[in-house]
Amino acid sequence: MPFLQVSNLSLRIIGETPRLLRSVSLSVGAGEVRALVGESGAGKSMIGKAILGILPRAVEVVEGEVWLDGQNLLAMPPMARRRIIGAKAALIPQDPLTALNPSRRIGPQITDRLVHILGWDRARAESRALALLEEVQITDPARVMRAYPHELSGGMRQRILIASAFAAEPKLIVADEPTTALDVTVQKQILRLIKGMQERHGTALLFVTHDLGVVSKVCQSLSVLYAGMVVEDAPVRDFFAAPRHAYSRALLAATPKYTDPEGSLTPVPQTVMDAVRAEVAAADGVWHG
Amino acid sequence: MVDLTDGRGRVRRRAGVRLWLSGLWLGLLVVVALLAPWIAPKDPLAQDLFLGRLPPFWVAGSEPGYWLGTDSLGRDVLSRIMHGARIALLVALIAGTVTGLLGATLGLLAGFLRGWVDVVISRMIDIWMAFPPVLFSILLIAVLGPGLTSIIIAIVVIDWTRFARVIRAEAMAQGAMDYVASSRVAGRGRLGTMVEEILPNVLPTIVVLLTLEMGIAVIVEAILSFVNLSISTDDPTWGGMIAEGRSAIHQSWWVLVFPLATLFLTVLSFSQLGEGLKDRFDPVLR
Repeated sequence: MPFLQVSNLSLRIIGETPRLLRSVSLSVGAGEVRALVGESGAGKSMIGKAILGILPRAVEVVEGEVWLDGQNLLAMPPMARRRIIGAKAALIPQDPLTALNPSRRIGPQITDRLVHILGWDRARAESRALALLEEVQITDPARVMRAYPHELSGGMRQRILIASAFAAEPKLIVADEPTTALDVTVQKQILRLIKGMQERHGTALLFVTHDLGVVSKVCQSLSVLYAGMVVEDAPVRDFFAAPRHAYSRALLAATPKYTDPEGSLTPVPQTVMDAVRAEVAAADGVWHG
Repeated sequence: MVDLTDGRGRVRRRAGVRLWLSGLWLGLLVVVALLAPWIAPKDPLAQDLFLGRLPPFWVAGSEPGYWLGTDSLGRDVLSRIMHGARIALLVALIAGTVTGLLGATLGLLAGFLRGWVDVVISRMIDIWMAFPPVLFSILLIAVLGPGLTSIIIAIVVIDWTRFARVIRAEAMAQGAMDYVASSRVAGRGRLGTMVEEILPNVLPTIVVLLTLEMGIAVIVEAILSFVNLSISTDDPTWGGMIAEGRSAIHQSWWVLVFPLATLFLTVLSFSQLGEGLKDRFDPVLR
């Protein structure tokens, strides 16, 4: 069984009928980098949240399983689940500006997990944090450890969040659009950093993004999501060579290219939208009986 | 660029002045309250009908030693204000703090835990706010009987919603931030997250509310004294003095005006102290 296996996961808002996720299945093997792509509102982040157990209160799991390292997370009592997730998985959040607590110094925010989950003593956790900050190319890590988030730039904060995610050597990291909130020039550095860290540490990565350019550079496999339904699941090489689903093909055609700036911005054709919506409706028809 | 720094500098300095002036007045009041039995020029309870309705020192007909004049029974107004500060500050400190602790805790629980905890606390707030506060407090004192403890209990019981409402909203806003999600992924439990992640971020608001609440407590105590429901009528209170002064406003305005001005300055200072502290300590504004 792969390190992370999501099977037939359906979510919905409590008290409402339509599903946010429609029987989603996907897997991430040890050390694999899988992209999760789709337009906004497709449910990309919801999958990440469901895996990490941080779904909003109003959302409930209707059916499905999330297996992490051979254990079914959804069947566990909450406290045990917290421990497993805290030890084996981590999150690189989307917005570095709200992902660090403004009232606390950087140091404890990185070491918290090491102390609470792994039971390290403070000194050991701190030297580990210093080494990690060095690894994400932060100059003067000792000073940064004592700083408050508002004293640091967005790029710095994202580096800190990356360091923090790798702190407990998790086997899986969910990166939820980690470069969306950043400046274009910083985006590239951060991507290279994540990729480099991932390779050195052998961590599996679930990379949530809507940027197919990023996918081709960073990922090995991808799942394409539309309206909470996986419409294509393929290795990245096969996908870019010959996407199987009409929606994937249209999505790929809609990606701007440097080589053809004029002709490349094709909107997804109406016929394709109708077809994929019909597919969603059919799936719902089967599910609701 | 120059304009920007200038503008900022001015704002900062005004906050500083505000903090200083209010701090100075409250500090003075604390000293006076602590030392009242020794530094008050006269016995606040001593009556002397021959010295009734003496005007303050700069008005013709005043007597030396009676700086702010006397009331109709010949009691020294200044000494009574100084002794009244003891009760006012005691009520402000104890009632304000207890109200803050209770209200902030309930607000934090409701805003962060949500679910049925929130439903219960929010409904309680709604019901509480539907009572007219002054009538409610008079009713409470009538049940509990007059006295310092009753006043403090009445203020806490009535005013905890002020904290609970605001802190609940703040905790909800903070709870939606990514750092809370990160803390949860890192394996922290709900209560741990609440205390270590949320609480530090709502603390500046709690401090501001606390100082406001202390001002309100002073007013409530004065109102209750005014309607003669405070502590025993022998002890001088600002509200009691205002009530007595009101009936003699045409003969001796000073009996009303000086305690009123003291009350006004004190309540203003509490609120300005809160604002000043907020400017100084809020990490986001800083």
